[in-house]
Amino acid sequence: MIEQLPVLLVVLPIVGGAIPLAASLVSDRAGWPVATVTLLGQAGLAGLLAWTVGTNGTVSYAVGGFAAPYGIELVVDGLSGAVALLVAVVSLGVLAYARQAGPHSGPFYGLYLLLVAGLTGMTVTGDVFNLYVFLEITGLAAYGLVASGRDASAAVAALKYLIIGTVGASLYLLGIGYLLAATGTLNMADLATKLGEMAAYDSTLVLTAFGLMVGGLTVKVALFPLHTWQPDAYANAPDTVSAFISALVSTVSAYALARLLFSVFTVEFLAAVPVARWALVGLACVSIIAGSALAVSQDSVQRMLAYSSVSQFGLVIAGFAIATPLAVVGATVHLLGHAVMKGGLFAATGIIERKTGATTVNGYAGMGSRVPVSAFAFAVLSLAMVGVPPAVGFVGKWYIVLGAVNTENWAVVTVLLASTLLTLAYFARLVERLYFAEATIHSKPDEAPVTDGSGQAVSFGMIAVVVIAAALAVALTAAVPAFEQVLRETLPPLLNQ
Amino acid sequence: MFELLNSHYNYFAVMLLLGIGLYMLIESRNLVKKVIGMNIFQTGIFLFFITLAFRTGGNPPIIKEGGSPYVSPLPHVLILTAIVVGVSLTAVALALIIRIYTEYGTLDEDKLKQLYYD
Repeated sequence: MIEQLPVLLVVLPIVGGAIPLAASLVSDRAGWPVATVTLLGQAGLAGLLAWTVGTNGTVSYAVGGFAAPYGIELVVDGLSGAVALLVAVVSLGVLAYARQAGPHSGPFYGLYLLLVAGLTGMTVTGDVFNLYVFLEITGLAAYGLVASGRDASAAVAALKYLIIGTVGASLYLLGIGYLLAATGTLNMADLATKLGEMAAYDSTLVLTAFGLMVGGLTVKVALFPLHTWQPDAYANAPDTVSAFISALVSTVSAYALARLLFSVFTVEFLAAVPVARWALVGLACVSIIAGSALAVSQDSVQRMLAYSSVSQFGLVIAGFAIATPLAVVGATVHLLGHAVMKGGLFAATGIIERKTGATTVNGYAGMGSRVPVSAFAFAVLSLAMVGVPPAVGFVGKWYIVLGAVNTENWAVVTVLLASTLLTLAYFARLVERLYFAEATIHSKPDEAPVTDGSGQAVSFGMIAVVVIAAALAVALTAAVPAFEQVLRETLPPLLNQ
Repeated sequence: MFELLNSHYNYFAVMLLLGIGLYMLIESRNLVKKVIGMNIFQTGIFLFFITLAFRTGGNPPIIKEGGSPYVSPLPHVLILTAIVVGVSLTAVALALIIRIYTEYGTLDEDKLKQLYYD
């Protein structure tokens, strides 16, 4: 039973997703209950799997009974177990938000569950080509979800996302071709051993493969300057979808990038080819600075949050690329914490817009008294994102900075510390408006509302999601030591160098 | 130079397809042509994989007495999957383009930008 859990996690949402799609021929009301039951099962299985990995170590499963280097292998260790659990829990939470916020249609919930299947597949797979297939399933479902808003601008944003995302995934596929030419295998563990032996780390073939695969995935993660699809997609999608994809899609892509760095190319590759490591660190640092600068200059709150993601993912990728044990733990903690915080922030903007019509930074002035609970949750999540202790944002950033200090690369340390100040620059502005400014306007009349127009009511479930996200942003700090222990046990070659 | 062209013409075709596809994707103002460019770009990648599988004097990978050397069957299987993915992407892209056209009445990217930001 336990060995079959990884494959069940992928199959369950696919099967569950087919039901609302078929039922929508008769009625659209079946979508939400079916999705809820499916994701409750998903969260239970993911929890059981994460618990098993935490106590007994890595779980692996050979799909179709074909043994590892030839068949497709699903591998779950501490890192992927945590991400799979995050995917299940966040998608279940966003569902509580979707009950009222919509869109209310069968196909929407079909796509929603397909996206969960794609994300979980990317998380548990141990095969680079299988990762490509799940990357595209995730992409297809995400394009459809972004376009599910009633406004046609959502379709424009989705098409832009589709074209840029496909180029990214195609570059990744091309990189797989180079790796296959170099080693003749697609299994991650097998690649890790063969890369050093059969093809030298600094051979052109391996370097090109690294560049193409990492380049392709950074498009999906949305690092500067490959982020251009992301603000449009987040701002034009329905609120439910913004909260969902901002929390998970880039997160799982960043996880895939980490998996590629540590389980395929390995730390020895990064040590043997310093230029690859520093190119990635450099890209991440540029992304931190540029993302923050763009976020500060935004007028729309949702676009500001989108650019904030560009900056925060720069921080996460910098942590992975520095690749000291501390930095990797920090990057993982920040990756998971960011998902909860950013999803909560997007959900809160949806509630504030529904209640007051405010969508811009100036429109938020004085709203602290009109939507007290949501505004308070928004403020808590903002401060957690800045990294005020004891929030989880602080722990992640602290570990990444400590890891960078250990490598004695002071330029990187400076950028990492500056990033905290820059994050403060754009979030403090909002929190200050919320509580200390006179209410000016409700919203600018020339701005199109971002909701799908399915009623402006706010349910208890929506507010509960935001409050729980804010509580988790603080409470997750307590789980960090245990999580660090699990990571150290299941990723020994990586973390005990 | 001519010998290289003669022995590696597949790779030149791959480079041409990738280049043409990417150029169309970036440079064309027409949304449908962008999608066509995306398809050409992917076709270049497919050809690259199929070329990888080839070996001189290789037989089809059906195991029999004295059959070796075989060509590698793996890239063909991968590309079969990748073609399916490519077709689904094209379908979604075209559906989005139809939606955009019915709403804005244009497929030109520049005109769309003006309408989009108004």
